[in-house]
Amino acid sequence: MTNNVIKFLIDGKEYLAKNGTFIIDVARESGIFIPTLCNIPGIKPRGSCRMCTVSVNGRYMSACTTPISEGMDVRTNTPDLIDLRKAILEIMFVEGNHICPVCEKSGNCDLQALGYRYQILVSRFPHQYPKRTIDALNPHLIKDHNRCILCKRCIRTIKDEQGRGFFAFHKRGHKIEISIDHSMNELLTEEVAQRAVDICPTGALLKKESGYQTPISNRKYERTPIGSDIEHAHQ
Amino acid sequence: MSQKITIDPITRVEGHGKVTIHLDDEGNVVRSRLHIVEFRGFERFVQGRPYWEAPVLVQRLCGICPVSHHLAAAKALDVIVGAGTGHGLSHTAEKVRRLMHYAQIFQSHALHFFHLASPDLLFGIDADPKIRNIVGVARANKDLAIQGVMMRKFGQELIQATAGKKIHGTGAIPGGVNKNLSEEERDKFTKGESPMNPEAMIAWAQSAIDFFKGYYKKNKKFIDTFSVFPSNHLSLVGKDGALDFYHGAIRAIDNEGVVILHDVNYQEYFNYIHEEVRSWSYMKFPYIAEIGENGGWYRVGPLARLNTCNFIPSPLAQTEFEIYKALTNGKPNNMCMHTHYARLIELLHAAEVIRDLLNDSDLQGNELVRTGEKRHEGVGVIEAPRGTLFHHYRINDNDQIAMANLIVSTTHNNEPMNRAVNQVAKSMMTGKKEITEPMMNAIEVAIRAYDPCLSCATHAYGQMPLEISLYDAREKLIDQKKKE
Repeated sequence: MTNNVIKFLIDGKEYLAKNGTFIIDVARESGIFIPTLCNIPGIKPRGSCRMCTVSVNGRYMSACTTPISEGMDVRTNTPDLIDLRKAILEIMFVEGNHICPVCEKSGNCDLQALGYRYQILVSRFPHQYPKRTIDALNPHLIKDHNRCILCKRCIRTIKDEQGRGFFAFHKRGHKIEISIDHSMNELLTEEVAQRAVDICPTGALLKKESGYQTPISNRKYERTPIGSDIEHAHQ
Repeated sequence: MSQKITIDPITRVEGHGKVTIHLDDEGNVVRSRLHIVEFRGFERFVQGRPYWEAPVLVQRLCGICPVSHHLAAAKALDVIVGAGTGHGLSHTAEKVRRLMHYAQIFQSHALHFFHLASPDLLFGIDADPKIRNIVGVARANKDLAIQGVMMRKFGQELIQATAGKKIHGTGAIPGGVNKNLSEEERDKFTKGESPMNPEAMIAWAQSAIDFFKGYYKKNKKFIDTFSVFPSNHLSLVGKDGALDFYHGAIRAIDNEGVVILHDVNYQEYFNYIHEEVRSWSYMKFPYIAEIGENGGWYRVGPLARLNTCNFIPSPLAQTEFEIYKALTNGKPNNMCMHTHYARLIELLHAAEVIRDLLNDSDLQGNELVRTGEKRHEGVGVIEAPRGTLFHHYRINDNDQIAMANLIVSTTHNNEPMNRAVNQVAKSMMTGKKEITEPMMNAIEVAIRAYDPCLSCATHAYGQMPLEISLYDAREKLIDQKKKE
């Protein structure tokens, strides 16, 4: 064992990993599913959605931003954590206008898939029914603010060759929303639009004129329920 | 003392409505109305949504025949994406859609006849309501009840195979479909164990017609005289005037059979059909523009379709069609209760078409979508189980829906249903001081013949109970009966 490798516990079981590795990555490689919405493997984590909250030595920390350390005792699936994650999901559902039955991202949507995994039937919080707009000015992309959970995935990953972002936050407080920089419309090609749609965890970004292409029962999370790929890979 | 009777809710129909009947001081019926009391507003809230969402979004206004709305919207969007109308799609796309639609007609007609209408026919319209229902049918005629359930199941499973789900699927997309029918999916039906195969369904549809004929023989006077009145009739007709539920031109005839709309292109329906709004109902009153509001109303649905078409393009249904047409010497049939007869002939036709389509290898083709030069406006029309269904959309330069207009089957039948209610009320309630259950049911039987879907008609929300109220000349409520 080199100095670089440390010992720690996840859900009472001993694991080894390189010092400094984020909990979320160790868990994924060990076949333990911790839900995420804002996290993207390979991109600097932000810990903004809090879906990946775990208990570290008794304290709640986000698994995507907390590096593993020697002797750490991580709990990923206690009843309190499950309830916390359900509450976070419920807040996201009531805070926007998520109409899954007609959304073309249905079956491919991370938020919906987690809703199914955590068996959310009704929310403990009242629906806000916010009045939100749709930005359809770009020739390849539609931004539906009703479905945006402000995860910033698009802001952090969709950039041009010079590193300039196509997306940015706009306004403040509860009015904050993701906006498309229409001055860069010429650079936002069909291929870039597809990458943005693929990175979005909900139906907030839609590619124009191509909805409902995948038949029901053949959609991503109908074939592989969220998390089952990680869990089954280590069985 | 004059009175007002209210029937609220109307039972064994889809949606929620009520009937009011006004009597004068002598107890004569002076006015009756079918009120549609729900409002939903689909045409408004689809505005701003991306146009390709329409087939999936708008079908949510109904859980009974969502396929009709799904396909009518998709047909309108075919025009917008430049795929043209009807036959502009690939053979695979058109035939998959046809299979989906004829399965829908099949299951909806089976549901209506076996579950909603048969209690009146088996037990009589004045029978005890405790037995005059689907449970009573199951007890009295087990085979009939089982056939009803299994025929509906067969249709629903075909819809699932083509649309992805039994209710509210996503199969039709602008310019085509998102899947074909695989050989494995096809074989599930063509090689299905009896009775879940097309041949068994054809045999059961034929036996349902024989059942009705037997009933007709014994109750000819009732069937031929209950709620009879002349009207215009309108439907799509296919090539050479064939009965076609999926595509065609608009034809309308008067009560004598004279053609008043001669196979016109439905892309211009608004030049021929206008809609009137009346303050007491959320359901509009369409009429043929050239004739005007007073005489331009018409019927749609099975009775109208078999009046407007020249023939039925499947052999068994055509044979029954000829027998049916002989009853009126080839003239239009204006007898309300014959709608059930016509519906069963259509059920048989749908089963025959399903069998033929399942044997067509085009269903396994791979060309699913066609597009062409984009347009900003499109109209889709289809023959839904209850009649002609219009979807009309206009989009802006950013691909968002700017305008939507839906005229659904039950809306076309608004005036005929009101006339039917008025006529039955006059004949059954004139001079009566008390409303009896059979009187209420007679009103409902007249409405039920049209198989109305009041949720669709108002694009509305809720259940379909019926209420009848009796008011005096001073609008004072005297008697009220409700069905929950």
